[in-house]
Amino acid sequence: MSEDDEPGRPQPPDPGSKKTRNCAAVHPSPHPDRVLEIVLEHVLQFLTARRDRNAASLVCKSWYRTEALTRSHVFIGNCYSVSPSRVTARFPRVRSVAIKGRPRFADFNLMPLNWGAHFGPWVATMGKAYPWLERVYLKRMSLTDRDLCLLGDSFVGFKELELVCCDGFGTGGLAAIASKCSQLRVLDLSDTEVMNDGVDWISCFPEGETCLESLIFDYVECPINFEALESLVARSPALKKLRLNREVSLGQLYRLMVRAPQLTHLGTGAFGPSEAQGASDQEYDYASAFSACKSLVCLSGFREIVPEYLPAIYPVCANLVSLNLSHANINVEQLKPIICQCRKLQVLWVLDSVCDEGLKAVAAACPDLRELRVFPFDPQEDAEGPVSEVGLQAISEGCPKLESILYFCQRMTNAAVIAMSKNCPDLVVFRLCIMGRHQPDYVTREPMDEGFGAIVMNCKKLTRLATSGLMTDRAFAYIGKYGKLVRTLSVAFAGDSDTGLKYVLEGCHNLQKLEIRDSPFGDAALLSGLHHYYNMRFLWMSSCHLSRQGCREVARALPRLVVELLSYEGNEKMDDGAVDVLYMYRSLDGPRNDTSESVTIL
Amino acid sequence: MAFEGDLNLEATELRLGLPGTADHDKSGVTKSNKRGLQQAQSSDHEESNIVSNDENKRDHQESTRPAKAQVVGWPPIRSYRKNCLQPKKAEPESAGVYIKVSMDGVPYLRKIDLKIYKGYPELLKDLEDMFKFKAGEYSEREGYNGSEFVPTYEDKDGDWMLVGDVPWNMFITSCKRLRIMKGSEL
Repeated sequence: MSEDDEPGRPQPPDPGSKKTRNCAAVHPSPHPDRVLEIVLEHVLQFLTARRDRNAASLVCKSWYRTEALTRSHVFIGNCYSVSPSRVTARFPRVRSVAIKGRPRFADFNLMPLNWGAHFGPWVATMGKAYPWLERVYLKRMSLTDRDLCLLGDSFVGFKELELVCCDGFGTGGLAAIASKCSQLRVLDLSDTEVMNDGVDWISCFPEGETCLESLIFDYVECPINFEALESLVARSPALKKLRLNREVSLGQLYRLMVRAPQLTHLGTGAFGPSEAQGASDQEYDYASAFSACKSLVCLSGFREIVPEYLPAIYPVCANLVSLNLSHANINVEQLKPIICQCRKLQVLWVLDSVCDEGLKAVAAACPDLRELRVFPFDPQEDAEGPVSEVGLQAISEGCPKLESILYFCQRMTNAAVIAMSKNCPDLVVFRLCIMGRHQPDYVTREPMDEGFGAIVMNCKKLTRLATSGLMTDRAFAYIGKYGKLVRTLSVAFAGDSDTGLKYVLEGCHNLQKLEIRDSPFGDAALLSGLHHYYNMRFLWMSSCHLSRQGCREVARALPRLVVELLSYEGNEKMDDGAVDVLYMYRSLDGPRNDTSESVTIL
Repeated sequence: MAFEGDLNLEATELRLGLPGTADHDKSGVTKSNKRGLQQAQSSDHEESNIVSNDENKRDHQESTRPAKAQVVGWPPIRSYRKNCLQPKKAEPESAGVYIKVSMDGVPYLRKIDLKIYKGYPELLKDLEDMFKFKAGEYSEREGYNGSEFVPTYEDKDGDWMLVGDVPWNMFITSCKRLRIMKGSEL
């Protein structure tokens, strides 16, 4: 162990030797059993991946204890799978916590209001157990202003707060964090809703130099005090990531950029002049501000874009690794001059306003592309479809290193999907959303079975799949047979019968998260998955053909599973037994007690 | 092979509307904005039949057919993406007071602009239309009589108040969000 010794730290005693070394003379000779634990503690500190730690904890009781003592980051994939006190009891020395709450379909209004996923119980328990907590990451949880106050009060050295898709609090809560957390390095509010209580939270950061490295508030829909923001940026020399909301105009962006040329990640806010500032904005040399940002690798924003100003970003294109234009309604002619300079680009998010032609330009210019997301400008089923199988095919040919794709379109063909499966063997995430429900292959009028089949067959690394379009049970047969690594599966308006779901539940051994809506799967299919549900993070089925009776059978067969039935308006009192939403997950601590009226736990 | 043909779905198809009416007239199967009884009770096959039978006619009829009523949560786009795509209006801040409206038991919320109403009766009428309920008669002493549903709002202090108690102008400046409560909770 000598090469691992740090100066000043007592060295671990030589296992097997009864004598201690001189440096460790302060400690009496430890019991041999304890020797192994001490050695293990030192070794396990290097183990960071949670899968490895989980494996280590299963070796024997001694390893379980030691692993628990040395775990500094805890990840809880489903906040109701375990109680806060159980977590703090097992892991006493945690510095960083990540908790996920609601299932993803809640983002699309498929969940009743006030369903749950409250941060309150967690912060209350952790506040007492983890005084040295430094980092909290929450996804799809609800927090109140009071929770944030408690967080600021409880954790003296708190450094990083990341809230993704959260809600429930307002600018008052942000002010509490800004003022109480003097060591704050990261405040990341990606996709999180913040209520506008009128509190000027930006002004609540302490005077003097701050430790801020990352300030992300691009979707916080509240006006901010710009002078305070400018001052904050000026006194945050470590600031590397700044993502502004759309209240920040182009002129204001300029003023911030010149104060922070060290930025690596920038969200540009509106990227258009504000009406109030008017002509004075045009005097700025925006391109020079971008040139000064020599380290910029990640660019986003463009929320109210005035395309004439786009050339200002040319100086940074050559270095860009990530570009998010998904709020910018630009056409192919406006995209081309930018994208052809982005040779190093690995992540691109765009709107379908760039059309198939724009995607062809991307394919030609970005051979290193790893992740592509194409969002619809007009997210309706009947809208015009500016992107199609043509764009997908082009991307597959130009970007062979593609690992992740999310593609919204109005029409698609099996041929293009099959081509992608062959041209992009590294695909890990394939999410195709043909916006018209039950849409078949546009050319052959056949179901999309063969396309999705090819994806699971040819993309051997695939772990996440989202399907759409017309799909029969055959598609699910493919997924069950070949999708052995699939962990997350999203299904909507697909399948013919119970057999489809059975194929998936019986075949996909690694399935963790399954979300299904509006598909004809019933109780028989549900019951075919009993062998697997304890291994999953959750199962969501809404508007399928389930009955209360079937769900009750599952609850009876698997006592550690929490089986929640959620009901939609008008249906609570209906006795026909039809189920609106089934949401079930394993839990070590039994059913929760914070449910609202629309939730029944069997 | 024609997917539809093999299963002879047309013969067993459940439809609303009189027998013999052309199946490409979809007005009989409109989907309301609310998910609810219709969604729960109509089989998915019914929908897929009508849609897939339509596909061949879709090209010709796209311009003449009324747009399909929207289904909740589909396409799966987060709401901030939908809102953000609307161009920012070049208006001073006093225009447009958008607040969220929720109703107990309904899975999704609506947003309304309080500025477009001149008073409580208009607001209540719109809410009643949107969520398909009746609020009952308002009286200062007894609140809303004659209905299971009661409109309430959250004010600046975070308290839940009965809609209608304060003068309209005071209401629109202090209202943060609306919630239509079911009477049994009060």
